[in-house]
Amino acid sequence: MAEYLMEIKNLKKYFPVIKGIIPRQAGSVKAVDGVSFAVKAGETLGLVGESGCGKSTTGRLLLRLLEPTSGQIYFDGKEITKLNEKEMRPLRKELQIVFQDPYASLNPRMTVEEIIIEPMRVNRIGDKRTRGKRVLELLNVVGLANYHAQRYPHEFSGGQRQRIGIARALAVNPKLIVCDEPVSALDVSIQAQVINLLEDLQKEFGLTYVFIAHDLSVIRHISTRVAVMYLGRIVELASYIELYQQPQHPYTQALLSAIPIPDPKKSKNRIIIRGDVPSPINPPDGCHFHNRCKYAFDICRVERPELQEIRKDHWAACHLHQASQTA
Amino acid sequence: MDTQIAAKKSVNQQANQSRGIWADSFSRLLRQKSAIFGLIIVVTLICAALFAPYIAPYNPEKGILGDRLQAPSEGHWFGTDSQGRDILSRIIFGSRISIQIGIITVGISLVVGTFMGALSGYFGGVLDLLVMRFIDIMMAFPYILLAIAITAVLGPSLVNAMIAIGIVGIPIYARVVRGAVLSVKENEYVEAARAVGCSKSRIIWRHVLPNCIAPIIVQATLGIGTAILDSAGLSFLGLGARPPKSEWGLMLNQGKDSLQTAPWAVMFPGLAILLVVLGFNLLGDGLRDALDPKLKE
Repeated sequence: MAEYLMEIKNLKKYFPVIKGIIPRQAGSVKAVDGVSFAVKAGETLGLVGESGCGKSTTGRLLLRLLEPTSGQIYFDGKEITKLNEKEMRPLRKELQIVFQDPYASLNPRMTVEEIIIEPMRVNRIGDKRTRGKRVLELLNVVGLANYHAQRYPHEFSGGQRQRIGIARALAVNPKLIVCDEPVSALDVSIQAQVINLLEDLQKEFGLTYVFIAHDLSVIRHISTRVAVMYLGRIVELASYIELYQQPQHPYTQALLSAIPIPDPKKSKNRIIIRGDVPSPINPPDGCHFHNRCKYAFDICRVERPELQEIRKDHWAACHLHQASQTA
Repeated sequence: MDTQIAAKKSVNQQANQSRGIWADSFSRLLRQKSAIFGLIIVVTLICAALFAPYIAPYNPEKGILGDRLQAPSEGHWFGTDSQGRDILSRIIFGSRISIQIGIITVGISLVVGTFMGALSGYFGGVLDLLVMRFIDIMMAFPYILLAIAITAVLGPSLVNAMIAIGIVGIPIYARVVRGAVLSVKENEYVEAARAVGCSKSRIIWRHVLPNCIAPIIVQATLGIGTAILDSAGLSFLGLGARPPKSEWGLMLNQGKDSLQTAPWAVMFPGLAILLVVLGFNLLGDGLRDALDPKLKE
């Protein structure tokens, strides 16, 4: 078995922008612009960033639900970037996804039982009887009752639906689950339940998660390591303790300072970032963050900083640290 | 053990409650007066067709020449035609043909149109371009003229008229289905089906089309009315049903020569067509609102 369960190298996804009466490509949205990371078996890699920074696109690229523009994806040591739909099918058992919107991700014309059985049926797991038994098992695992199997999705609350989505993902015994903001559409009280459920399942079944979120406290709760994304690139990657205690990239520092502290007496040292996120169609040259960064110097405007290990297991893409290292 | 039984009971109850989508739609349908009116007409038509031999007072195809062109009376409620046949009986038997026409023509357009629309909407690209341009060409022809051309090639008969009207109706279904597929395929549950490893045909059949069913049902209901009207038109022109069949359009044709002396021979079949088409249209409109509650709010 390979050291990493999943590894991606320099992954890019550009969406073409078509304009004009005679359609031609006027540019491209650089949703994911050279992302590399690796996920160890059994860990939870948190992927955090503002909306539009490419984290969901990255998640879909991992599962080959979108075709990458370039780059490589390795799963269990095997490259899966170029596999076609048919060759990809056996891998669907290993890779699953839990979606953000529990209202949109369940087919309203199927009962819960049909929804959960489908992954087993298309992957030819078990027979009719064992599948039916497994549905009830899975429902119990995610905290739903047997009689829920015959109901339709519209009869459930958001949290319950998300549990159904999780049960569907678990049905094929996957190794890795991409959780694409699985709790951001839920009430805060329900968020905790679903996150605890995900943690319990991880322990029970030895799952590996790539956990996408924009909520830092959620990420802190569940992640082993955290990758911070900004405009299609990873700016910092470290274990969560490291990252929260000693953020190195100016963007991460600003991001962490925005977490509300539930203590009115404690004074907060907030770092306010100037301006808006630039358009991913026409991102700034050099470091994508340079025009909003208070430390920016000349090289930041010209050269893209590479993700480098500035400390053990602590990676950052910032000229500030690369300069200090070489000096 | 007791809890098991209780659980099982509640399973059954839940199951009964949860067959909700269609029941809900039906109760919403019954809340609209015009839809009820349409439904009554359609149900009446179906009953007339099913029980024609029992309710029709006379043989529809055998006339008594002595009773030609009699005005409506107690013996012949709707009068008789130029061959002494009872018009009420002919209208009642004509409902059988009308229903046949409605179901078969809509069946043809629906199956072919759904197939074309689903493929072109789901796969997009060059296939979509080709299919839709072909549909555009079909739609550019005047509807009835195309049907006349097709029956002219196949020869005049009721079956050929149905085939012609079926073919002419394809573009509408193809467009409706394509539009619905385009919006449904963007849903996350379709992506979820891909992530699970479903094949493309399974995704189209199990995930996309079942969620396009509402506009298809509406279009089909409206389409039955149109199909009945068109086939009456073709029969009137002598390209559809052949005498002595009791087809409503044919009855109009045969009655038109005596329009001034015996207007009932034209009036009643014309009214029958009007009512039935109106009925299907009202029902179709009602279904549209009932199946898509969001649209109405």
